[in-house]
Amino acid sequence: MTQQFNIDTVEHAATTPDTELPWAELGLKQNEFEEIVKVLGRRPTAAELAMYSVMWSEHCSYKSSKNHLRQFGEKVTEEMKKDMLVGIGENAGVTNLGDGWAVTFKIESHNSPSFVEPYQGAATGIGGIVRDIISMGARPVAVMDPLRFGAIDHPDTARVMHGAVAGIGGYGNSLGLPNIGGEMVFDSVYQGNPLVNALAVGVMRHEDIRLANASGKGNKVVLFGARTGGDGIGGASVLASESFDDTKPSKRPAVQVGDPFAEKVLIECCLELFKGSLVEGIQDLGAAGISCATSELASNGDGGMQVELTSVLLRDPTLTPGEILMSESQERMMAVVSPENVEAFEAVMEKWAVEYSWLGEVTDTGRLIITWNGETIVDVDPRTVAHEGPVYDRPYARPEWQDALQADTFRASEAGAGLPATGEELKAAVLELMASPNMCDKSWITNQYDRYVGGNTALSAPDDAGVIRVDEETGLGVALSTDANGRYAYLDPYTGAQLALAEAYRNVATSGAVPMAVSDCLNFGSPEDPDVMWQLAEAIRGLSDACMELGVPVTGGNVSLYNQTGSTPIHPSPVVAVLGKFDDVARRTPSGWRNDADGQAIYLLGTTRDELDGSEFANIRGHLGGLPPKLDLAAENTLGAILINASRDGMIDAAHDLSEGGLAAALSEMALRYGVGARVALDDLCERDGVDAFTALFSESQARAVVAVPRSEEVRFNDMATARQYPVVRLGVVDTETSALEVQGLFELDLAELREAHEATLPKYF
Amino acid sequence: MPRIVVDVMPKPEILDPQGKAIVGALPRLGFDAFAGVRQGKRFELTVEGEITEAILEQARNAAETLLSNPVIEDVVNVEVVAD
Amino acid sequence: MSSELPLIGDYSPATGAALSGARIGVVTFPGTLDDRDAARAVRLAGAEPVSLWHADESLQDVDAVILPGGFSYGDYLRAGAIARFAPMMSKIVDAAKSDARLPVLGICNGFQILTESHLLPGSMIKNDHLKFICRDQVLRVENNNTAWTTQYAAGQEISIVLKNQDGQYIADEKTLDALEAEGRVAFRYVGWNPNGSRRDIAGITNEAGNVVGLMPHPEHAVEAGYGPDHTGTDGLGMFASVLTTLVGGTK
Repeated sequence: MTQQFNIDTVEHAATTPDTELPWAELGLKQNEFEEIVKVLGRRPTAAELAMYSVMWSEHCSYKSSKNHLRQFGEKVTEEMKKDMLVGIGENAGVTNLGDGWAVTFKIESHNSPSFVEPYQGAATGIGGIVRDIISMGARPVAVMDPLRFGAIDHPDTARVMHGAVAGIGGYGNSLGLPNIGGEMVFDSVYQGNPLVNALAVGVMRHEDIRLANASGKGNKVVLFGARTGGDGIGGASVLASESFDDTKPSKRPAVQVGDPFAEKVLIECCLELFKGSLVEGIQDLGAAGISCATSELASNGDGGMQVELTSVLLRDPTLTPGEILMSESQERMMAVVSPENVEAFEAVMEKWAVEYSWLGEVTDTGRLIITWNGETIVDVDPRTVAHEGPVYDRPYARPEWQDALQADTFRASEAGAGLPATGEELKAAVLELMASPNMCDKSWITNQYDRYVGGNTALSAPDDAGVIRVDEETGLGVALSTDANGRYAYLDPYTGAQLALAEAYRNVATSGAVPMAVSDCLNFGSPEDPDVMWQLAEAIRGLSDACMELGVPVTGGNVSLYNQTGSTPIHPSPVVAVLGKFDDVARRTPSGWRNDADGQAIYLLGTTRDELDGSEFANIRGHLGGLPPKLDLAAENTLGAILINASRDGMIDAAHDLSEGGLAAALSEMALRYGVGARVALDDLCERDGVDAFTALFSESQARAVVAVPRSEEVRFNDMATARQYPVVRLGVVDTETSALEVQGLFELDLAELREAHEATLPKYF
Repeated sequence: MPRIVVDVMPKPEILDPQGKAIVGALPRLGFDAFAGVRQGKRFELTVEGEITEAILEQARNAAETLLSNPVIEDVVNVEVVAD
Repeated sequence: MSSELPLIGDYSPATGAALSGARIGVVTFPGTLDDRDAARAVRLAGAEPVSLWHADESLQDVDAVILPGGFSYGDYLRAGAIARFAPMMSKIVDAAKSDARLPVLGICNGFQILTESHLLPGSMIKNDHLKFICRDQVLRVENNNTAWTTQYAAGQEISIVLKNQDGQYIADEKTLDALEAEGRVAFRYVGWNPNGSRRDIAGITNEAGNVVGLMPHPEHAVEAGYGPDHTGTDGLGMFASVLTTLVGGTK
């Protein structure tokens, strides 16, 4: 391979300190460039500059959030740590499931690429998170996709929607991973900044857990998978200047293009490597590609690394060394292999027809040395690249408008005047709610995803959590839910983040699983805006406080900043994923009652207060102001325990938690789930909690759930709730004879009419 | 290096759903001159050295047996493209 | 059965043979996704699944073969177009056409491979609505005399899983008429046609009735709690049928 570059070697750099380097075009700040010079004791070479520029970017270094993210690791009790096998800092956290099984999961964002090229952006988002899971030694078993797009009727939303859903399906389905749930929120704040977050979960036996470190002097470093091309380099092709020659072509694609078939083969290949214990350490290549993989493997290990960059197999022979180091070509992994295992490693590659190249080896010098045809172009302490990047204490302050926003309650506003009161008005309001973009049926999306592959999906959307069986013999399994509410978080970021955790926790418990771990994806605007930075600081503070109170640790996560158009940021959108455990997934609780549930009693657990601020009802009326619903983590804990025990002991046949859309949504969704009606009355609830029918139906008070209890279990169920001193009120019964949701004294909502309204929305716009 | 281009199109009697979607999308972007669109595939086979008749014959056979599915597709063109 | 997660291409049970003694091969190509599900279906039906690697040439004396679903070779070129040339496929084609009439079931991508191999007529193109669709699909069993459908009643309606992007079955009118006339339509979509398949055809069989291909996935409807509606096990019949066929001594 012959490249005609004037290679900027370390030797050359040491003797030419005044050479102008394009650090600003690469996204570095002046102080950051000066820091690099100080760290190296000389100017960086072009290749070193490339590495630092990508690794010290916000996306890779978390420089604006690191100071705050510490709280996730600090606010942890011994009790919380007991099942954590691998914590924050690795590719993904690993939790002990017992019986020799472990589970790893993480949620990540791929927001900007999804706006630029929705299909590939979303597809490679799935690809990236799945590779993080594989690199922990796990077989990936499921994915989820929380999505937040602009207004449903805006033409650009259709562009993003079609592409992103097709991309997630196209990539995930081809990997053989069931998509077990997600979210779909439409709000104009996301118009220019759609959020595509992707979660992947994988399982392994304890002995299969792998870490991303390179240790053992003399062990070989290998890059395998797809060839390296110009993906993701984008404007940073200004590196043409490293040859100090203006004649090179400078167009490089900014978007990464995925090949799910290549990744599927990579998954099988890696699993065979793990089974044969053929790798000492492994890292997937995502953001910052080889720069990241080499510097992280080296700095996590105990020595250094030596790499000959011309050994990298290229798809595009014109790439410069700096471009090779920055490339974000997909479906690549880097591993450390001991010399005795090299032959066996190569045999596995041959079997799966996966390309590989031996790049170098682990050394004991403590330096990451990268050569180009033997000449040293990178000589750095890998920790300065991967872990000791700049850390900023961005200024933040409560926005001046926050008080006025919180004082603008729904009830006192114009939008809150003339609320539905009569039976007919309330019925119309329920129909409008269930047809609204955020509450409508999401089958248009979920039918584009395979939820069956693998044969282990016990529950999936629209149920409260996605549930995957891990062990076919014992029924051991996991449950997952992702939740967020940008409206609540905008009103109060501290509480809003906690409410997201509460909702995900509640969803997992509602399905019958015990919550165990948390992963978070924090989507915010620019950290350079003190208002936004305050939102981020508050959200992290709130989430970490809540995790500690509920006793569920954050095992890993992601931060996505700069989600704003001009100076208008998105709503703070902290997405929280909670993982729970089932001893036996056969016990899982579905989210609706079936045809065989005639006469089962319907109960509402929890207290209903007047809490309409930030609600979906208020959203439909165009109002956002006031304070989000009150958070009560002790209540969530008790409710969770009730739901889990009731599930285990067969006291309930169906359960659905209350969140957006309140009781109206919960009852509607339960009836629609299997098309079976019910007869309920709100009188007792209204009297006990001092609310009117409208509030009873649309308030979004937290820590509530609706359950269906077989007649034979009613006494036991009531006794249990009483023993735990949890409010419970009987609403009515499941009725297989009626074809409606009957709310006594108010209205009869025909299920066919409800279904039609509920299911018509997405197909209408997409 | 010289190339042999092979063009494959869906058979005329096959309803082409992709072509149909495209012809529906064109007017929305202001392109209203087109009555129909059919989407096919173009393959470029590179040859090291000269392209002989024997090599062209190989290309035609490959086109019939692998590059196209005769049940639903026609090979509409096999030609040499100089570089 | 060990509780270790088996790798793709390696799920032959370590311990002993299964009840019926029948051994059913499940082929894995690069990109195959539903082979483990097919193996599970075989086990639940009472037979022993045997993994067959695409590049091998030995059928390992199996009594029947399943070509499972997935995206072999990424569906590059055309779905199934590359897989059909695998060494294992030529052995399967020979065995299916021989007097032994090896029973072969092609599911989804497997059906695509069978049409590309010309063991079955017609071809699949993109769904008419262009999207991937996953739904619980009702089928009518039109022919219960094939090796894979004897356990069903003629005209029986079953619910199994449909999930694909390129599931529109087409063939010229002459072929379609012949299929109908010869009773070679094995399954038909009931209700709304989910992909535009001609004559609502969901699956067909060859003249001898030993080779059956269908787009929907019976292997996803074999275990209560994991099938359609979380209850359905209608797909098990296909795997049970072949065992009956084999016991009937047609091998």
